[in-house]
Amino acid sequence: MIMDDFLMRALLAGLAVALVTGPLGAFVVWRRMAYFGGALSHTALLGVALGFLVGVAPELGVAFVVVAAALMLGMLGSVRGLSTDTLLGIVAHAALAVGMVVTATLHNVRVDLMAYLFGDILAVSWSGVVWLWGGAATVLALLTMLWRPLLNATVHADLAFVEGVNVRRVELAFMLMLALVVALAIKVVGILLVASMLVIPAASARTFARTPEVMGILATLFGALAVGFGLWASYVYDAPAGPAIVMMASIFFALSLIKR
Amino acid sequence: MTDCSTLITATDVEVRFGGHAVLTGASVTVRAGEIVTLIGPNGAGKTSLVRALLGLVKPTKGSVSRKKGLRIGYMPQRLSIDPSLPLTVERFLQLGAASRHADFDAALAEAGAGHVMHSPMQGISGGELQRVMLARALLREPDLLVLDEPVQGVDVTGQAELYRLIQGIRQHRGVGVLMVSHDLHVVMAKTDHVVCLNRHVCCAGHPEAVSRHPEFVALFGPDIASTLAVYTHAHDHAHDLEGHVIKDGHTHADHVHTDHEGCDHDHG
Repeated sequence: MIMDDFLMRALLAGLAVALVTGPLGAFVVWRRMAYFGGALSHTALLGVALGFLVGVAPELGVAFVVVAAALMLGMLGSVRGLSTDTLLGIVAHAALAVGMVVTATLHNVRVDLMAYLFGDILAVSWSGVVWLWGGAATVLALLTMLWRPLLNATVHADLAFVEGVNVRRVELAFMLMLALVVALAIKVVGILLVASMLVIPAASARTFARTPEVMGILATLFGALAVGFGLWASYVYDAPAGPAIVMMASIFFALSLIKR
Repeated sequence: MTDCSTLITATDVEVRFGGHAVLTGASVTVRAGEIVTLIGPNGAGKTSLVRALLGLVKPTKGSVSRKKGLRIGYMPQRLSIDPSLPLTVERFLQLGAASRHADFDAALAEAGAGHVMHSPMQGISGGELQRVMLARALLREPDLLVLDEPVQGVDVTGQAELYRLIQGIRQHRGVGVLMVSHDLHVVMAKTDHVVCLNRHVCCAGHPEAVSRHPEFVALFGPDIASTLAVYTHAHDHAHDLEGHVIKDGHTHADHVHTDHEGCDHDHG
């Protein structure tokens, strides 16, 4: 089969995202931060609106707002009497609502909401592909460098600190990587589904992995398979690409449960 | 009393948590080859003092000084690794120190858990977990071992064995040991120096002396105290319900921190 050009670009874009959401998603699962990733991605619509308001590319607005939100959420920590879980639930939906309202009040631009909420991978340009691979490679390089201290801090933060790991700095770097990857992955699966690309492939990999590294690599593999099969389903059945990818990832997860 | 065998000293440390002091005026010193145990009821500030010594919390008052280049092996109170993280005992040990495989074997064997090397961390028993954490602490070749309730989740025979192990380690390696413990009987038998905390240092000294101390008796009750000690003497100050000293509130910390002589200390 000779692939259509747009499909080729979509596949390359999806693979870039799967490459980095695999190992990073493993940390999200180990650190029980699935909901954190979700909350983070929900702030992205605010970034889109901000981009239009200020007159810069919406991607830039998204990156800015998500990174800022990650730093804020990271510092927020706790409000007396409320669990982090509740706070994240508030932040996620407040941000999404405000983003929707602000986007709707932008008079001179028409924002394709569906593209931001569920991804627009089939419309990705070659420069978009280059950006995605550049971003994914940067985060992956950083993650590889910080792998050991981050793993150590994940196992036991205090123990890591006493043994000389700069836990605060490592965890801050992790938040920033997460924000960056969320900003990247929104292009592929959209604001509402980003967290699934972090969590589902990593969760699928758990059964087959005996070491953290293998789990990260397998997660990338599961993510890549989901991207491939999802795009195929999208092409053949004319299904929306982002949701099709997440659906495939979920099917692989269900299959991984059989082995368990 | 600071000399070159002094590993770590806390002087008049206050730790605040959510606005109120959980520990005030606490002083403790650990020297090489000495086992110092912190005892006291729940909420007495034992873990707060340990955290201040380790640099995990910044004391709001007072200071902590460490011997220069001090290597600490730390055994935290709890270790709960998410089941989603595939981590063998061997890998857990590797995370602490980049040693050779033979060293891992030796450390695990020394801690009495040689057989779990290739087991997943989430699949070993509570007692095995304590031993694995001890092995990780030993792998760092520490000058000071800090053990926060090392026998937690261990059955009674296992507890005695672990304490024997810790004593043995102190003897072979000449390390200083700072321990938090609940088990008074064992503490009294296996410790060189006891610090009894109840938001401040109630009393400190040789186990035998401490077990006779009126504040100790007041804290743990005459029944427990009488099984550990022979007689009691007059109580020189009283506590209100929250453990604050009401009158004549001097502490009995017998390690007064004076100027350093001869050896380097990092002040924090």
